[in-house]
Amino acid sequence: MTAIPLGTPRLLLAFTLDGEPVRAPEGSTVLDACRAAGKDVPTLCQGDTLTPKNACRVCVVEVEGARTLAPACSRKAEEGMRVRTDTERVRHSRRVVLELLASSVDLSTTARVAEWIEEYGAEPDRFGPDAARVDEEPRIDNTLYVRDYDKCILCYKCVDACGDQWQNTFAISVSGRGFDARIAVEHDAPLTDSACVYCGNCIEVCPTGALSFRSEFDMREAGTWDESAQTATTTVCAYCGVGCNLTLHVQDNEIVKVTSPHDNPVTHGNLCIKGRFGYQHVQNRD
Amino acid sequence: MDLHFGDSKPTDEERAAVDTLLGPPESSWEGADRSDADLRWARGGREARARRDLLLPGLHAVNDRVGWISEGALGYLCRRLTVPPAEAYGVATFYAMFSVKPRPATVLHVCTDLACMAAGAPELCEGVESRLGPGSGVTVERGPCLGLCERAPAALAVRAGDPVRTAVAAPATVERAVLTAGAPGSAAEEPPAARALPQAGDPSLMLLGRVGVVDPADLDDYRAHGGYAALRRAFALGPAGVIREVTDAGLVGRGGAAFPTGRKWQATASQPDTPHYLVCNADESEPGTFKDRVVMEGDPYALVEAMTVAAYAIGAHKGYLYLRGEYPRALRRMEHAIGQARARGLLGDDVLGQGYAFDIEIRRGAGAYICGEETALFNSIEGYRGEPRSKPPFPVEKGLFGRPTAENNVETLVNVLPILTGGAEAYAAIGTPGSTGPKLYCVSGSVERPGVYELPFGATLGELLELAGVREGLRAVLLGGAAGGFVRPDELHVPLTFEGTREAGTTLGSGVVMAFDDTVPLPRLLLRIAAFFRDESCGQCVPCRVGTVRQEEALHRIAERAGAAAADDVALLREVGRAMRDASICGLGQTAWNAVESAIDRLGAYE
Repeated sequence: MTAIPLGTPRLLLAFTLDGEPVRAPEGSTVLDACRAAGKDVPTLCQGDTLTPKNACRVCVVEVEGARTLAPACSRKAEEGMRVRTDTERVRHSRRVVLELLASSVDLSTTARVAEWIEEYGAEPDRFGPDAARVDEEPRIDNTLYVRDYDKCILCYKCVDACGDQWQNTFAISVSGRGFDARIAVEHDAPLTDSACVYCGNCIEVCPTGALSFRSEFDMREAGTWDESAQTATTTVCAYCGVGCNLTLHVQDNEIVKVTSPHDNPVTHGNLCIKGRFGYQHVQNRD
Repeated sequence: MDLHFGDSKPTDEERAAVDTLLGPPESSWEGADRSDADLRWARGGREARARRDLLLPGLHAVNDRVGWISEGALGYLCRRLTVPPAEAYGVATFYAMFSVKPRPATVLHVCTDLACMAAGAPELCEGVESRLGPGSGVTVERGPCLGLCERAPAALAVRAGDPVRTAVAAPATVERAVLTAGAPGSAAEEPPAARALPQAGDPSLMLLGRVGVVDPADLDDYRAHGGYAALRRAFALGPAGVIREVTDAGLVGRGGAAFPTGRKWQATASQPDTPHYLVCNADESEPGTFKDRVVMEGDPYALVEAMTVAAYAIGAHKGYLYLRGEYPRALRRMEHAIGQARARGLLGDDVLGQGYAFDIEIRRGAGAYICGEETALFNSIEGYRGEPRSKPPFPVEKGLFGRPTAENNVETLVNVLPILTGGAEAYAAIGTPGSTGPKLYCVSGSVERPGVYELPFGATLGELLELAGVREGLRAVLLGGAAGGFVRPDELHVPLTFEGTREAGTTLGSGVVMAFDDTVPLPRLLLRIAAFFRDESCGQCVPCRVGTVRQEEALHRIAERAGAAAADDVALLREVGRAMRDASICGLGQTAWNAVESAIDRLGAYE
């Protein structure tokens, strides 16, 4: 017999989205409702497997009666609330937030951000050539992955994935504060001296490429990284009996990185060091 | 959790500092020698993790004893509390008063904020730095407001050791500051708190009446001056009666948000989830604010009593007093008062023999303005980085440790005493219908008699400045602190009420009134305000983390410009400021642009 999880019945909340009446199950967020209604709300720090941290503030929307804008990713839908997702006020904040981000870090490997910068008319260059940037050299201190804080938007997703939400290793946190805040392991040490167990789940959730596979990083440096030439094949990890799903990204008949499908009900995109990084034997042709 | 603590070992001194706070370690899991019992079971774990909130006191313990926090000390503290070292490192690097790099045992904090700046802080800093160069055994830290604005310019020396020594030099000359840093143990005692009250002795003072009159160390003296009458009345009224009285009195929070206190208490009291907590926000870090310090130094039992009343009303048995790390004397006075009250049965299992249990724990901040934000303060107490939480849920529902919590600042709480002793009606008759009761103001800058003033709501800004003796050539008044706004000398008729200032397009904020005469260069003031917010941003959200930097950059660019030359950058400031106000997580980012905007719009700063 196959059990079909039905879940507990949930109340439907009625509210309006840009003037249109919509209904959303109790507990869902404004962002869920927006996506269900087919609205494209930009998000950077929001992750499909993590509790929203609402730190990036590009998903802000206007909730009638509220003094400030609300982050759609974490604001729960409420009965009778009136939400506007595309007012001048909303667009202004999104544009400035994108400008602030793009002026301070390198967003070149952040998915979709170029599209939003164009859509909102953001001009990151207008803060002048002297505008402070993170500007740090990539940290390459181990053979598995690279930390490039010049691309880090401090979305906290890696911290949450390494901490109590997934991995329970707590190897990384945010240190310092303000513009000097950085993702760091204890004492800002090399990864090899830290509590890191190299599961790579932080890479899995990183939205900007600040954390990447050494293989991807090296190929990008060499100019040989070509996503359009890659195939992705989902298979089952052969190391143990859990049966995690692996997605092998293959370019020129070589595995270049391994991810895991987020919609897998067992792993939700999480892997261990072997599943994530232990693929060399597959292509050992000697 | 599989924690990795590394190999760094604490020194004997660091270990002693932590053990003094936590007691000796019991098992090898937390750093003791291995015993036979360790082979059978593990201690620590969940039990130790429940003490995560001792992380901040633990960091203080090490920093106080050694002067900085080494890898070994942090590792040992983490082991004792089962806190991941990466997280503890994130917490230790969050606070300005801690260092994770070696530094001399003595740190001299020199205030560079607005009142001190106007009183010559830049020259003081330069003088002190040239005298206390490398090898002097003193680190000089230029820092934000020390809350000693009435005696500006100010410096605070902290010498690590057992015990830690602190001393204040204010008003500070280079000579005095250097002497204080050289021998904090034998520095002259600060003047009594009442010296900060130009109105001292005025019998009409309701909130400050006892400051300078009672001995702040003597509980009997406090009782002889009407102390604990409010708590007796509270017990007679019952919790619901107290809340009704506070609601009827029309008391609203004095921290700047002006939320009705009775409504907050009612909402907390009615939560089914337990336990409930009371938090007193004594993290007074708004530049120009020092009233809470004066109250705690001059009338500490009043705060103990007021906290007891508030806790009784909301059904809390535990209260936290989160006290600014830069207030060593207020800390000593409050510690003493709480100890005495506990010894005399006014705190503890059976307060006043009424069968009601309540106790207060002091938590010391460590230099972070953001921790004055109510939810950041919860995180700080809990041993996390002092980053604000997203609201909703609101603290009355999920506050400290995820439980219903009422948080009030010192001034709000001490207002509860006259409400209960004099009755709601008499209290509500003071001030205006929209803003009832007395209000404390911190007046500093270009005035003859800087200090804390108490006036009924409704007095005008001009009347207050008259009392304080405003000097010739007034150029601007900063109302509400760095998060407030400037008003012009021709706007002194503004009534000091919540509704009056709102109507005038400004805010009362925390009650800061800073007068600046025309000798103070306005662009430099604005730069200092921008630098303050950039320094104090927690860095969690983008609009505040990057926005405060871009604003400071723009202000630097236009520091020497005006008119058309500045127009571009002024427009840029407005755009960034608007997004910060709209999209930041908390009040810090939302208000960081207020003062600069008001200087541009009301004072014509760059015309």
